[in-house]
Amino acid sequence: MTEQGVRPTAEQVLALAPDDASRTAGAKLGRAGPWSQIGGSASGLVWGLCRGSGSTPYRTVVDVGGPAYKCTCPSRKSPCKHALGLLLLWSARGFAEDGEDAEDGEVPDWAAAWSAERAAKAARTAAAAAGPADGEGAGRRAERRAARIGAGVTELEQRLEDVLRAGLAGQQQAGYGPWEETAARMVDAQAPGLAARVRELGTIPSCGPGWPARMLEEGALLHLLNRGWLGLAGLPEPLAATVRSRVGLPGAAAEGEVVRDRWLVLAQYDSVSPDGRLTTRRTWLRGLGSGRPALVLDFGPPGRPPALALPVGLVVEAEARFRPGTAGLRADLGERSAAAAPDRVPAGVGTGAALEVYGAALREDPWLDAWPVVLGPVVPIPGERGWQLADAEGTCALPVAPVGGAGGSRSGLWQLAALSGGGPVTVFGECGHRGFTPLTAWHPGCPEPVALG
Amino acid sequence: MTTEGTKAGGVSAGLGDGDWEELVSVALLGTGRRKASPGALLDAAAVQTVRRRAGLRPAEAGPRPDPAPRDPRPAPPEAARRRLAQLLAGRTGAGSGGGRRGAAPDLTELLPQWLAAAGRHGYRAPHALVPALLDAARARTDLRAPALALAGARGLWLARLNPDWRFALRGGAGGAGELPDPQDRAGVERLWQEGLFAERVALLGLVRAHEPAAATRLLTTTWATERAEDRLMFLDSLRVGLSEGDEPFLEEALGDRSRNVRSTAAELLSALPRSALAGRMAERALACVGPQGVTPPAECDAGMLRDGVVERPPAGRGERAWWLGQLVEAAPLSCWRERFGGLGAAEIVALPVAGGESWREELHAAWCRAAVRQRDPRWAKALLGAASAPPATAPGTASLAERAKLLSVLPEAERAQWVAEFIRAHGLSEAFQLLGVCLVPWAGTLGRAVVDALDAAREAGSYPWSFSGVMGLAERCLDPAEAERLEAVVARGAAFADPAEASSGAAAYWAEAFQRLVATLRLRAAMLAELAPA
Repeated sequence: MTEQGVRPTAEQVLALAPDDASRTAGAKLGRAGPWSQIGGSASGLVWGLCRGSGSTPYRTVVDVGGPAYKCTCPSRKSPCKHALGLLLLWSARGFAEDGEDAEDGEVPDWAAAWSAERAAKAARTAAAAAGPADGEGAGRRAERRAARIGAGVTELEQRLEDVLRAGLAGQQQAGYGPWEETAARMVDAQAPGLAARVRELGTIPSCGPGWPARMLEEGALLHLLNRGWLGLAGLPEPLAATVRSRVGLPGAAAEGEVVRDRWLVLAQYDSVSPDGRLTTRRTWLRGLGSGRPALVLDFGPPGRPPALALPVGLVVEAEARFRPGTAGLRADLGERSAAAAPDRVPAGVGTGAALEVYGAALREDPWLDAWPVVLGPVVPIPGERGWQLADAEGTCALPVAPVGGAGGSRSGLWQLAALSGGGPVTVFGECGHRGFTPLTAWHPGCPEPVALG
Repeated sequence: MTTEGTKAGGVSAGLGDGDWEELVSVALLGTGRRKASPGALLDAAAVQTVRRRAGLRPAEAGPRPDPAPRDPRPAPPEAARRRLAQLLAGRTGAGSGGGRRGAAPDLTELLPQWLAAAGRHGYRAPHALVPALLDAARARTDLRAPALALAGARGLWLARLNPDWRFALRGGAGGAGELPDPQDRAGVERLWQEGLFAERVALLGLVRAHEPAAATRLLTTTWATERAEDRLMFLDSLRVGLSEGDEPFLEEALGDRSRNVRSTAAELLSALPRSALAGRMAERALACVGPQGVTPPAECDAGMLRDGVVERPPAGRGERAWWLGQLVEAAPLSCWRERFGGLGAAEIVALPVAGGESWREELHAAWCRAAVRQRDPRWAKALLGAASAPPATAPGTASLAERAKLLSVLPEAERAQWVAEFIRAHGLSEAFQLLGVCLVPWAGTLGRAVVDALDAAREAGSYPWSFSGVMGLAERCLDPAEAERLEAVVARGAAFADPAEASSGAAAYWAEAFQRLVATLRLRAAMLAELAPA
């Protein structure tokens, strides 16, 4: 997005909004009225003064390449409504070619200062990362942490065995409390991955019919993870990295494989941890050259949405650095620049192939709940007891995962049905043991993706 | 999904061959009872789980929905699609705002205009937005007809799949696709006999639009067996396109078992000045009212009762005045000219009434109701009187609601002119109901009058929220072309305001209110421009 020529669409801008209130407020500011001295530079800065309720107008500047935002308003949201409004205005008409109120690309001092400060900070961070690490100290710390996790794992194994010895039947009565306690112990043991799984496990008895089988499945997978950790030394490296990352020790990004590609943003959604303490934002990407899927995670504390906001349909040219383990899905994006959007609907696979890819991925990461798949052409079949996505040809179908988990929504399903009109569509979503969760769809023949939900 | 190979042979000791159901039942009851090892159970279950997940196969597809019929209408241009998405999202997001409105436009109020304009252009709704549109129509009945028309075949197709949207299949514009051709006698007959009530009302309207006599024929076939409340609703639906051809049927209904049906039939007949009932009513009314004064009826006889006169007055009203009002209301207004020696409506209204003020009030109120019912613009105008005169001295009625009804009888241009004069004379505070019956957009004289009156209110030092009703209405109804003049008003206000006052409440609030008004007008102009085909 460093080119002035490539401007985001209004949808893409609105998708950056941290919540509905800012989306509405931002949309209202996306017109010339309150703005003055707006401008944009070739380096990807967009700025303007917004008249608010105070006597001094707010100074708003956005680095569209980041994207990063700065505004003198008191809002703690990022991007604030002023930044959104400015971007909407820019998306609607651009500033450089609009000589009337644009400042001829002359960056005002305050915007330039912010930009320079950002550049300096980035350089410092890069220098710190490249500099020599305290090898010995780090090694000792890692050892200590591994020992604590080991103790936690042993305790958790004991707890699982106790529960099974007594029988799952007692779990509905025992309630969530004891599991929360165990989860807290895992946090103390510095194994956040285990803590999260324990919390999920503890909620299963209250999740309706079929819970004992589901609890046994999840308990067994947790057991498998424990065993994996305890036998880590004997595991081949990729699997060992998967175990470490599942337990809560993500591999250093620096070790991963680097893939440079044009990445199409296929979906983005947030989920909140059961205790409400952490918002996780998942962004699904697909390399247009490599065809490789990538999952970028970003996190936010309560009340503050994660910062990374990539609207569906955007294509960024970037290096993705894949973290070791987790079936090679998890990636971090390096420096991004805008790239042209694809001119066709991505090719989809059938339902059988979709399940096969998921199955194959389980070989590398048996804890994987789902795998990103572009499915199509498929026909959505609404049903009172559950929806299906059926191959356009043949009699095979995937059940749609029950709504209520992460991602996907009822309104999204109906949107999908509306798009299809009973005919075949291409759908992107997560394909896993619970079924398929549709996240994005394409009108037949229209390359612009529609985010569902 | 189904699983290949549910057996996990020889995985665990003491747990059979690891059949999944078996594992679950052991886990449920506890390994303690089976003398099995919990660790071995977990091992076996882990293998089973991963194996099951890795071996998932597609399921058998259920019955597919029939494809939606093709909608030949074009989708709106890109910018208009985005606008609709914003308006629909604003509908749900509106709750989060609250408090004092800022200078930004209120998007929810613009949705009906967008829908109407898109309908005029002959667009269909963008497919992906049809669910949101149906949700909006479900929540707001005023949006139903235009939203369903825009959603078209795709909307009906979706509504059949989702019980939440069943309303779309009931009657009105939405059900039109379901109805048979009005010339298909067998189809009409079948739906009339078997259809749901709403479908039958829609069918009746359709047949009636095609051939009025066929509709009353259809009604007659089942009239005796319909329930009283249904008879009332059917009768009510005859209001649209009422004509003298309906008289025989209505005359028949005067003898109905239900009192409500009788009085509705009488009301409809009285709206037909040449009907026999109107003639009978004229005769009775002329006997009571004349140049000499008012002599109310002494009794309510059987004939009056049959013609829909209600005998018992509401509490607090004299029965003779009550009967008089009903007779005059139902008598054709054309009968008075001769009675008053060839005088016109305005002159008759201006005459003093012998017998006191209360008789004058009764009589004029009844004439007002008659003018509205018979849609007689000359009488309506006479009863409204001069717009600039104080409302209390108005010849017909001082009630704004009644006057708004009278106004709606006038031709559009005259209506706007009258309201503009009213506003120039009395300001905006009383004008809300009257503005409500004016045609949108308010252009020319009316638009100017509203802008000037708002400016006058600002100068007089009132607060803008005293005019929030009119302001809201103006945002939706003022001609976008008035934005120019409004901006001049805003600029003038800023230039003249003395600095101390400008920072004080009223001036700042007015600035904000005018800003919002201008912003909304501009937004409306942009919205309409976006809908223009590329």
